[in-house]
Amino acid sequence: MRKREEKSSSYIHMIFQRFRRHRMALSGVVILVLITGAAVFAPLLIRYSPLEIVGKFSAPPDQNFLLGTDQSGRDVLARLLYGTRTSLLVGLLATTLSTAIGILLGLVSGYFGGILDMLIMRFTDMVMSFPYILLILVCAAIFEPGLKSIILILGFVDWPGAARLVRGNTLALRESNFVKESRLSGMPRRYLLFSEILPNTLAPVLVYATSVLALSILDEAALSFLGMGVQPPDPSLGNMLNGAQSLTILTSKPWLWIPPGLVIVLLVTAINFIGDALRDALDPASGGGSL
Amino acid sequence: MGKYIFKRLLIALPVLIGITVIDYLLMTAAGNPLDMISGARVSEAAKAVRAEQLGLNDPIFLQYGRWIWQILHGNFGISLKTRQPVSEMILSHLGPTLLLMGVSLLISFLFTIPFGVYSAVHQYQAGDYLIVGFSFFAMSIPGFFLSLLLIYIFTVRLQLLPSGGMMTLGGGGGFLDLARHMVMPVLVLSVSMTGTNLRYIRSAVLEILGADYLRTAQAKGIGRFRVISRHALRNALIPVITVFGMEIPVLFGGSIIVEQIFNWPGLGLLTMSAILSRDYPVIMAVGLISAVIVLIGNLVTDLLYALADPQVTLT
Repeated sequence: MRKREEKSSSYIHMIFQRFRRHRMALSGVVILVLITGAAVFAPLLIRYSPLEIVGKFSAPPDQNFLLGTDQSGRDVLARLLYGTRTSLLVGLLATTLSTAIGILLGLVSGYFGGILDMLIMRFTDMVMSFPYILLILVCAAIFEPGLKSIILILGFVDWPGAARLVRGNTLALRESNFVKESRLSGMPRRYLLFSEILPNTLAPVLVYATSVLALSILDEAALSFLGMGVQPPDPSLGNMLNGAQSLTILTSKPWLWIPPGLVIVLLVTAINFIGDALRDALDPASGGGSL
Repeated sequence: MGKYIFKRLLIALPVLIGITVIDYLLMTAAGNPLDMISGARVSEAAKAVRAEQLGLNDPIFLQYGRWIWQILHGNFGISLKTRQPVSEMILSHLGPTLLLMGVSLLISFLFTIPFGVYSAVHQYQAGDYLIVGFSFFAMSIPGFFLSLLLIYIFTVRLQLLPSGGMMTLGGGGGFLDLARHMVMPVLVLSVSMTGTNLRYIRSAVLEILGADYLRTAQAKGIGRFRVISRHALRNALIPVITVFGMEIPVLFGGSIIVEQIFNWPGLGLLTMSAILSRDYPVIMAVGLISAVIVLIGNLVTDLLYALADPQVTLT
């Protein structure tokens, strides 16, 4: 038992060592921690509420309001921090939901095989054949727009990739000696699935989930930008950009739309850097190593 | 080969039927087309007559059957909003979208292939860092934000390019006018395609460069250029095909937001306005057609694989 612990800690240590070699990924971690920290501790960092009218309409940045005020006289910096909160929340919950669905379907499909496998995989094919953004837009048009529905929509649309990944790994693991051994010694199916196969496929799934997280944040932004996502007055990075569809804001009030756009770019770049380094650290043979 | 195509078509058939079912159910769940015509001046009796006309009181499988039957005859129904046949609307919007997507795809490939190969050959050098850095940026910037930035820079500040549309209204038209309108949407779409493709081609070429047969070729001393151009590039064709396959769904779906922002009169704009006005026949037709194109695209990709790589057996 003791030996096993040492082994697993050195495995994690090795992954950590490999991860540390990626300078871009380290800067990604720093950026992510800073943005997340600022979003989580927003109430401590900023005096104003994101919903309260505190100043003049559409005032440019000054000492009082570092990023100016919006069309209704609310503090843009406060809305930016709280909006980042919303976007991170949507991304995390949607990714959790879709990954969970993907893992479950992938496990069932890969382990049981046969007709169940065929049905699940054909269904996956069907969902993947619809252009992704069209599916999301149609769902968004069907349901009452809002925070809850956008999380559910993204969660229920994003799972096919994870399902295929887990299915492939499960197929391979099912035939591996240690799983065969446990099956022969009469371990219950639940144990095989969740204590032997699942932990061994979790690492690649988590890496995959980072790219889903990046995509979910981008999708939330796009939907809210189109007015079909998070609804005002609640701020989100996407709906803060919504105003830029009007020409006066786009032209003469860049402080209203450039900051949220930049935060999205920074956030998503950081997540993609981290995901890439993780992929490399877990399986150095796979990506051929990028940065 | 013929047998393989036949087999693949057989597998695709249930998927296709499933897609029509999902398409239909999704739209039925979306609500009642009668909501569109409701208003203060429309009486309940008029609505009931209309429902009878549209066959909305029949059981759902009958409605579905009727819909499929019409589609098999090339009839996608009548738009609830414009009262035009849906197939006509789609045909008239198809051209601009194909033009936009085709040019973007071409530009993205012209950019991706040489830079992806360069990046892999010069791994961990300054140029590689630059290219990989760019691909991460391209992957992470939302298309709509890039569009807004471009409009801000090129239309508002520099006043060089028109902010939307396909031709200047009342202008003489012509190729140059069209090209000026296409610069920004094409740029946004090709950047969004380039991000993933660059990284994909780079890592695929890296893998090829590490393969044993390349080491052998190098050991023979035939020179770096010939090693790369004769041995590596041919095998790198396979990832290019994969990338092509991945772009097909983007071809249809990816343009929705960009067409919306640049007011490009294509399928994306049609789809978006149909979604906003709940014009179900149009949404259903676009969803179905794009899904079919994705299915065909997957089949073509698999066939191209077989042509490029004799090791892939078609079973």
